[in-house]
Amino acid sequence: MSSADLTSERDLPREREATPRGDIAPERDGPRDTGMDDASLRRWLARTWRTPPGIIGALSSVDHKVIARRYLITAFLFLCLGGLNAVAMRIQLSGPQRGLIGPDLYNQLFTMHGVTMMFLFAVPIVQATGIYLVPLMVGTRNIAFPRLNAFSYWIYVSGGLFAWISFALSMAPDVGWFAYVPLSGPEFGPGKRADVWAQMITYTEVSSLAVAVATIVTVFKQRSPGMSLDKIPLYVWALLVTSFVVVFAMPAVMVTSTFLILDRLVGTHIFNPAEGGDALLFQHLFWFFGHPEVYIIFLPATGMVSAIIPAFARRPMFGHLGLVLSLIAVGFLSFGLWVHHMFATGLPKLGASFFTASSMMIAIPNGVQIFCWLATLWDGRPVIRTPLLFVFGFFFIFVIGGLTGVMLASVPLDLQVHDTYFVVAHFHYVLIGGSVFPLLGAAYFWFPKITGRMMSERLGRWHFWLAMIGFNAAFFPMHIVGLWGMPRRVYTYPAELGWGNINLFITGGAVLFFLSFVLFAFNLVHGALKGAPAGDNPWDAGTLEWATSSPPQSYNFARIPVVTNVEPLWAERAALPVATGLRVDVRELLVSTVAEAHPDIREKSATPSIWPLLAAIAVGGTFLYSIFTPWAIVWGAAPIAITLIGWFWPKGDPEDEE
Amino acid sequence: MKRLASIAFATAIALFLQGCAGWQSALDPKGPAASELAWLIWFFTGLCAVVWVLVMIALAIPLMMRSRVRAEPLVLDAGADSRKLRVVITAVGLTAVILVGLTLLSFFANRTLAAIGSDAVLTIRVTGHQWWWEVRYEDATPSRILTTANEIHIPAGEPVRLLLTSTDVIHSFWVPSLSGKLDLIPGRMNVLDIKADKPGVYRGQCAEFCGAQHANMGTFIIAEPRAKFDAWWNDQLQPAAEPMSDEAKAGEDLFLKRPCVMCHKIGGTPAGGTVAPDLTHVASRQTLAAGTLRMSRGNLAAWIADPQGVKPGSHMPVVQLNGDELNAIVAYLEGLK
Amino acid sequence: MRPIAAMLLLAILALAACQREERDTRPQSALGSGEQPTPVTTLEPGGQRPSPTDNKAASFEANAFHLSEGKRLFGWFNCSGCHANGGGGMGPALMDEKWIYGSSMESIHATIRDGRPNGMPSFRDKIPDDQIWELAAFVRSLSGNAPSSAAPSRNDDMMAHPSENRMPDAATLGKSP
Repeated sequence: MSSADLTSERDLPREREATPRGDIAPERDGPRDTGMDDASLRRWLARTWRTPPGIIGALSSVDHKVIARRYLITAFLFLCLGGLNAVAMRIQLSGPQRGLIGPDLYNQLFTMHGVTMMFLFAVPIVQATGIYLVPLMVGTRNIAFPRLNAFSYWIYVSGGLFAWISFALSMAPDVGWFAYVPLSGPEFGPGKRADVWAQMITYTEVSSLAVAVATIVTVFKQRSPGMSLDKIPLYVWALLVTSFVVVFAMPAVMVTSTFLILDRLVGTHIFNPAEGGDALLFQHLFWFFGHPEVYIIFLPATGMVSAIIPAFARRPMFGHLGLVLSLIAVGFLSFGLWVHHMFATGLPKLGASFFTASSMMIAIPNGVQIFCWLATLWDGRPVIRTPLLFVFGFFFIFVIGGLTGVMLASVPLDLQVHDTYFVVAHFHYVLIGGSVFPLLGAAYFWFPKITGRMMSERLGRWHFWLAMIGFNAAFFPMHIVGLWGMPRRVYTYPAELGWGNINLFITGGAVLFFLSFVLFAFNLVHGALKGAPAGDNPWDAGTLEWATSSPPQSYNFARIPVVTNVEPLWAERAALPVATGLRVDVRELLVSTVAEAHPDIREKSATPSIWPLLAAIAVGGTFLYSIFTPWAIVWGAAPIAITLIGWFWPKGDPEDEE
Repeated sequence: MKRLASIAFATAIALFLQGCAGWQSALDPKGPAASELAWLIWFFTGLCAVVWVLVMIALAIPLMMRSRVRAEPLVLDAGADSRKLRVVITAVGLTAVILVGLTLLSFFANRTLAAIGSDAVLTIRVTGHQWWWEVRYEDATPSRILTTANEIHIPAGEPVRLLLTSTDVIHSFWVPSLSGKLDLIPGRMNVLDIKADKPGVYRGQCAEFCGAQHANMGTFIIAEPRAKFDAWWNDQLQPAAEPMSDEAKAGEDLFLKRPCVMCHKIGGTPAGGTVAPDLTHVASRQTLAAGTLRMSRGNLAAWIADPQGVKPGSHMPVVQLNGDELNAIVAYLEGLK
Repeated sequence: MRPIAAMLLLAILALAACQREERDTRPQSALGSGEQPTPVTTLEPGGQRPSPTDNKAASFEANAFHLSEGKRLFGWFNCSGCHANGGGGMGPALMDEKWIYGSSMESIHATIRDGRPNGMPSFRDKIPDDQIWELAAFVRSLSGNAPSSAAPSRNDDMMAHPSENRMPDAATLGKSP
C-alpha cells in the first residue's frame, strides 16, 4: 500500500511553526507526517486538532467525539425524563378510576413521553453513536462538515429545552405523538400546545438532517485507503442506510408540521374538509415519515448487533454481503408500508391488502439479518459478556415484536388490535427490544473506548436481568389487556371491565424496568470514575475504532490506517499499515474515492468556531417565535443571515482564493 | 434463570387467559366478524409462537455447545459456512412461504368480513362527538327516523349496517366482541357491518384518541330478539313521558327554564337542542355520560351537579342549582323511560 | 447577571403561558347557591356598568381554552342567528370596532346576561355564568381585542371571515404586524 503515499517524501524541519492562516506563499505547504517520528507527530497533531480551552473554546468545539459525548449525555437525560413520564402514567393506570392524574396532565404526559422518546432520545442517540463511531470506524480524523455537526447538537438541545420548558409551563402538546388533525388542528387544539409539537419536530428534523448529511459524506468520501465498499463495517453500513432514510423521510414530516402550523397560525385550509382539504392527508404525510422513523431507530441498532456479535463469536459476520443487502432492502421497503398505520380509517379494501403484502415483505430482509446473526453465533462457543447478553435480550424481545408486527400487518387482524394496548406492547417490543437493548449492549461495548475504563461486569449482569424481567413483566401483559379491549391513551378505565389486576402487574414491571436504568446510570458513573483501565482493545475486536487509544486523541489516528480486510485488526495483528502525506500543521483529511476508497485528495477540515452555536441560537429563536406569528420568518431571517455570514466568512485560506 | 423466568411467564399467561371472557374482549367473540377475527388472532399467535420458539432454540444452540471459544477469528471452515448458507437460505425461503400464506389468509379473511353485511336490512348512522355517540336509525318513513345516544339496539342474528362519521375530531368505533374497529372521520363516511349472534349487551369504546375525555367515551350494543327490538323502536319514537309527580313537573319546568334546554332535546317538549345527547328516553338507557356512570338516581344527580368532577373537560357545564332544583330535575329525568 | 435575566425572562414567560394555557373546566364551585347578583336597575347612564366586583374577566379574557370554548358555544347557541358569524345582521356586527355598550369584558358579559334593548335577549338563566364569561371573551376576540397568541384560529368549517387570531390588533388598529 505504498501507493497511499500522497507526495514524495521530504524532510521537514521538526520544530517549524504552524503556517499562519493567511499565508499564501507560492509553496503552500507545511510539515507533513511522512517520515516524522511518533513523538513530534503526536505533538503537532495534538496542537492542530485540539479543542480550544475555556468556555468559549468548549462552545466552539467541532471535535466529533466531544459533540457526540454531549449528544449521548443529553439524550440519556431525556431518556430519564421520558421514563419518569412513563412511571407517572403507570402509577395512574395501576388501578381503575385512580385520581392521581387528571386527563389534562395525563394527555400531556403521554404525548411528552412519545415525543421525548422518539425525537429527543431514540433518533439523537443512534445518530450520536454514529457521530462518535463512524469517523473512528472508517479511519478518519473528524466527521465531514464538523461545524454543521456542532450546529446540529445546539439545535437539538434547544428543541429539547423548548419542549420540556413548555411542559413545565403546562403548555406541552396533549394530542399524542402523531398529533392527528383535527384534534391538533386550529379548532380543537386551543393554545400553543400543538404548535409546540409542530415546531419541536422542526428542531429535531433540522438537527437529524444535518447529522445524516455529515454521516453520508463521511462514509462516502473519508474512508481510509483500502476500505472499499465490501470492507465497510456493517455498523457503518447501517448508519449510511439510516442517514439516507433520514434524508428522504424527514422532509415528509417537515411538510406535515409546516402544514399544521400554517393551518393553525395563518388560517390555511389544508386539513379542513369543509374547504376542500382533507384530515386524512395529515395521516398519509405523517406516516410516510413515521414508518421509516421506526427503521431510523432500528437500523443503527442492527448495526450495533452486527458489531458486537463478531467480537464475541470470534469470527467475522457470516453473510456480510447478505446483511448489507438486507439493510438496503429494509431502507427501501420502509417507505412502502406507511398505510398499515391507517387500516382503521376505512381505506379501499384491495389497496389495504396491498399494504398487508408490503408490510409482510419487510419481514424477509429482517429475517435474513436474524438468520445471519444466528449463523455467526453457531461457530463455537461465544464469549458471554454483558454486551452479548444484551444482544441475546434483543433476540428474545425483538423477535416477539417482529412477529406481532406481522400480526399487525394483516388488515382484518389489525382492526381488532389497532390503537389498543396490543399495539403499545408491540412497538415497545420493537423499539426497546430492537433498539434500546442493542444500545445498552453498545454502551457496555464501547464505553471502554469512550472513557478508557471498563464498566462493571457484575453490575452489568444484574442490570441485564433486571431489565429483562422488568421489561417483559411490564409489556408482555399489555398484549393481553389490549386483546381484552383496552384502548391506548386512556387516563383511566372503569372497574367493571376487570383490567385492574393486570394493570397493577404491568405497573410493577414498569417500576422494575425503571430501576434497571437507575442501576445502569450508577454503573455508568461508577465505571467512568472507578472502572478498571481498559486498554486500546479490551474485547479484541476487529474494526478500526479499536486501533486507536482509549479514549481516542482529538486527531483519532496519528497516522491514517490502511485497510486490508473487513476486520482489519484481526488481519494485521502486528501493526496496521498506514498512509502518510497529510499535513500536520493544519487540519487536513484524506478524501478517498467512493467505491474503491483510493486516496484522492487532501482536504481541509473546519477549525473550531463559535458561529454554529450563534447560528443555532438564531435559528432556534426563529422557530420559537414562529409559533406566535408568521412574521418570525421575516424577523428571524436577519439574525440567521448574520450568523451564517459569520460562519462562512472567507478566512483567506489558500483554498478560498483559488 | 432464563428458564425459570419463562416458566413463571407461562404460568402468568395461563392465569391471565382465564380471565379473557369479558364483555369488551376481542377474545370473547359474539358475532361472525369477531369470531373470524378471534380465529385469525389465535392462528397467528400460534404460528408466531412456534417461530419464536424455533429462533430461541437456534439462539440457545451456541450456548449449549461444548466446543471451545474460537482462537483465531479469521480462520473459517469453508465447508461449515456453506452448510450454514444452505440452512439460512432454507430459513429465508420458509419465512417467505409463511408470509405469503399469512398474506393470503388475511386477504380471504377480509373478504369474509366484507360479505357479512351484504344483506343488511337496518342502517344506523353513528356520529361521533366529543365525547359521546349520536345514533340515528334510518328509515324510509321520515316519522320513523329515531335519534338516540350512546346505546345502539340491534336485532340479534341480523346484519346491521353502521354509517360512521364525525362532526368534530376523529373517533373510532370499536365493539371488540362483535367486530373490528373503524374510524369516524369528519368529512368522510365509513361503513361497518356488524352482526350479533345472540341477544346480549356488548360494550365498546372509542379507540382513536379524541381529546380530554377519550377514556370515557363508551358505547353499548344491545342485541335483542327482533320482536323486542321492534317494540323498543316504537317506544323510542314516542314523545317523552309526562311527569307523574309534582316534583317531576317542577323538574320539567326547571329543565326548560335553565341551561339544560340550550343543548338537549326532549321530544314532546320545547327542548330541542341538538348539540348534546337526546334525553327523550334517557332513563331507558343503562348508562350516563357515554358509559361513564350506571343509570341511577344518585348517579344522575352526581352527573348534573358536578359534570366536571365526573368527566373533567367534557362539554357539559356546571349549572348552579340548589338542592331542591337538583332533586326536581333528577326526578323528572328519572321518569323519562 | 445573565442567569438572573434569564430567570426573569422565564418567569415572565411562565406567567404569560400559565394564563394562556390554563384549562380550568370548573372555575366556579359546583356547589354554589345558584344565586347570581341582580342588577338594581336596567338603566345605565353612558352605557357603562360599574367596575366589576370579581376578577373573572381577567382570568377569562386571555385564556386560550376559554376563548375556544366561547367560540364553540357561540356556534352551539346560535349567536350567528342574529350576529352572523360576527358580521352582523338582525343584531349588530361584532367584528368591527364599534361598541354600543362598551368593549370591556364586563359590559359584554352584562349584555349577554341581562340582554339589551332592541332585541338582545337575556340569557341569565339559560347560560351558566362561566359560559357567559367564555362567550364574552370570545366576542372580544372577534374584533381583535384578545391577544393573538390566545385567540382562536379558524374553524374546520366554511370560513366566512378571517380567524380571530388573525384579526388586526384592536389596540394598535392593526398598524404593526
